[in-house]
Amino acid sequence: MAVCIAVIAKENYPLYIRSIPAEHELKFHYTVHTSLDVVDEKVSAMGKALVDQRELYLGLLYPTEDYKVYGYVTNSKVKFVMVVDSSNTALRDNEIRSMFRKLHNSYTDVMCNPFYNPGDRIHSRAFDNMVTSMMVQVC
Amino acid sequence: FVALFLLLHNEMVTGVYKSQEQGEVENGRCITKLENMGFRVGQGLIERFTKDTARFKDELDIMKFIYKDFWTTVFKKQIDNLRTNHQGIYVLQGNKFRLLTQMSSGKQYLDHAPKYLAFTCGLIRGGLSNLGIKSIVTAEVSAMPTCKFQVIIQTM
Repeated sequence: MAVCIAVIAKENYPLYIRSIPAEHELKFHYTVHTSLDVVDEKVSAMGKALVDQRELYLGLLYPTEDYKVYGYVTNSKVKFVMVVDSSNTALRDNEIRSMFRKLHNSYTDVMCNPFYNPGDRIHSRAFDNMVTSMMVQVC
Repeated sequence: FVALFLLLHNEMVTGVYKSQEQGEVENGRCITKLENMGFRVGQGLIERFTKDTARFKDELDIMKFIYKDFWTTVFKKQIDNLRTNHQGIYVLQGNKFRLLTQMSSGKQYLDHAPKYLAFTCGLIRGGLSNLGIKSIVTAEVSAMPTCKFQVIIQTM
């Protein structure tokens, strides 16, 4: 389904990044990095917006030729970025949203693990498996 | 469930102070240690609690959340009073603070109160820091089950 999933900390450094195929990793690093500006823009625009638009899910950040980039920011300012193949038109907005919810739930579990140090890279196997399950569903 | 938390909290305090007697923790570092424990727990809890809430508008919104939802979930009762000077100082007052109600209400144990409040201070500070606010939290007890938490927000 997704080709790249990244978790970015409050201070904008990566906590977790996974992509398939693995040889394009650098390219996805770039894509995710660029998307952070759009995330910032959307979040600051949202502060001024009406009350009902304060959802955690940011929607489509920007489309490129081959991919679509979606974003999500938690209340603790941790960003989730998901890159999806744009040939995959079957994917609805709602499905993306529920995928982000799953990702957030899983991240919360990692965060509540007493052996995890906030701010470190995520090495949790449970989180890893969840990300893998979201990536291979269709591909 | 709250009873369990109270018991665990009491044990934590005694545990930390015991380890001081055995020389494992430096003198006078116990409060800091308890506060840091609270900090970590606060970070985790706030991550879980804010999962389904809308994005916060501003600082006051966040404080209201701490005051209402966070406090009720942790201590199963609302805090009695929240005051602010709108310049980054907030005072949360609890008339019957859960962690202190078990102690006698005389003046006798007033000196021991800070031990039992350090964890809560950390809890608030950890929660706020995870929401992007740096703060200093201090507790103050004047008469036994009543206590005040003063939150000073550091602007950068």
